[in-house]
Amino acid sequence: MPLLSSADCDAIILSIKVALTATLISLPLGFLYAYLMTFFRFRAKVLLEVLVNLPLTLPPVVMGYLLLLSLGRNGWLAPLFNLFGVRLIFTWKAAVLASAIVGFPLLVRSIRIAMEGIDGRLVQASRTLGAGPIDTLLSVILPLSVSGVVSGASLMFARSLGEFGATIIVAGNMPGSTQTIPLAIYDYASSPGGERAALSLCAVAVGISVFVLAGHEALVKRLARRA
Amino acid sequence: MELTLKVRKGFGGPFSLDLDCTASGSQVGIFGASGSGKSTLVKLIAGLEKPEEGEIWLDGECLFSSKRGINVPPQRRCISLVFQDACLFPHLSVEANLMYGYKRSGVGRRSVDFATLVSVLQLGELLGRGVNRLSGGERQRVALGRAILANPRLLLMDEPLSALDDGLKLQIIHYLKRAGERFGIPYLFISHSLLEIRLMTDRVISMAGGRVLAQTTPEELARERMGGSQVGYINVLQLEKLRKMGGLYVYRWELEELFISAGDEEPMAVFELSSRDIILFTRHPEAVSARNLLKCTVVDTFPSGNKVGVELRCGHETLIAEVVVQAADDLAIQARNEIYAVIKAASFRRLS
Repeated sequence: MPLLSSADCDAIILSIKVALTATLISLPLGFLYAYLMTFFRFRAKVLLEVLVNLPLTLPPVVMGYLLLLSLGRNGWLAPLFNLFGVRLIFTWKAAVLASAIVGFPLLVRSIRIAMEGIDGRLVQASRTLGAGPIDTLLSVILPLSVSGVVSGASLMFARSLGEFGATIIVAGNMPGSTQTIPLAIYDYASSPGGERAALSLCAVAVGISVFVLAGHEALVKRLARRA
Repeated sequence: MELTLKVRKGFGGPFSLDLDCTASGSQVGIFGASGSGKSTLVKLIAGLEKPEEGEIWLDGECLFSSKRGINVPPQRRCISLVFQDACLFPHLSVEANLMYGYKRSGVGRRSVDFATLVSVLQLGELLGRGVNRLSGGERQRVALGRAILANPRLLLMDEPLSALDDGLKLQIIHYLKRAGERFGIPYLFISHSLLEIRLMTDRVISMAGGRVLAQTTPEELARERMGGSQVGYINVLQLEKLRKMGGLYVYRWELEELFISAGDEEPMAVFELSSRDIILFTRHPEAVSARNLLKCTVVDTFPSGNKVGVELRCGHETLIAEVVVQAADDLAIQARNEIYAVIKAASFRRLS
């Protein structure tokens, strides 16, 4: 009997797909958000900060339930999705959304730390040398915060791989369709005789995480050497 | 260059910047102690900070007007800024740093070309290097080159020498002046060092507490401040080395020979000598331990605080000495008097 069934393989592929999509979608938004929070002063800053970081402190199940209330058939965002004919709840896209919301604070935190380390006078120098705000963002701020972007993306990807609480509520646990690695392990662990399959998936999860973290370390070291 | 500033900016405390002045000329200095508002002024001119009210005009163009709602953004002011500690982009090579502003300057505005600048500032060997592998002086030369290559109509230099040691300062001053002459870009040189202002500019705006105190020449300002200054007036002497004699070095200064303990094997050197280290005698002194005795003529005397400055002529060169008011009265120092200046060999301080 093979170590991984075809449903397990689906769960692995879906996990990677969900984590990758959530990370890629969140990257530009997280970068812009970190830029706004680092270089601008505005009134709603504290409120925005609290809202974005809320998933860090709330139990993921609470986040999932709130998403379900918002995006469900009778949710307050339902008319908007109906207008475009989009169905999110109990699809893999809902898992992406759940992962994106839960992982977003980690992504932003890393990028902000990198941006806050940039000497403000470099930005000023760029402006006096003829670069506008967007030019400065792309030619000075982005390259100087790239290590933070890499760290944030790695953390978010790893966090998304392990996302469970919010995902099970908004996406469900349907093998081959919305079942990710943690959900499959949960299924195996709660079924008699599922220990071996659960362990196999655990090993895969550990392997992917180690690969991502090692890749992240190597990339950050390479960036540091280049600087 | 004609820069008109009528601006006010508060900082939420007792200090506020309140300026009403016009800076004219191609080499203008802004002098003031730390906290006098010099750096804020630089940021207002560059457009990096916004005044609460007022107007800023450069060569007939309004850069800021609170009444007319004008605030030209920094990238469109064509004003480059050289920072105190260079502020080179750490992710770019020297060449990419130099090209940063050049690429963004309009083709029609480019009067300085890359090759000429590299040659004038002697940057050729540095082009491929990362900026983290540059010395302090090299970094400042690259920063200057980067600012000039942006082809600005005004160059702001905010304490560009203060992070360098004395020897490097003079070297960078040489490059700054050379670039200024070669490319003809007017500059505003900001410093808390009167000596730097004297070496770099021909007009100076003196600031204190966020206000303009005076607009004058650097020489006049130096003489005015001599009495209250801890170091007196600094005479700068460029000397040619003749020989070594005993433990001292002998330099030629006009027709005189000067004995200096801080010399070295370089054929030319620049020394500074404080007005406080010159002792005046109305008659030829006998048996003096100091190694330098110069026969001079008094050109002029001027009051400065509780001191009297004495302008001396030795051949074609000028020296400024200072004495207390009582000594000036006792010696009856007057213009056209012959006088003897005595200077210890250890009083000269090497600048380069």
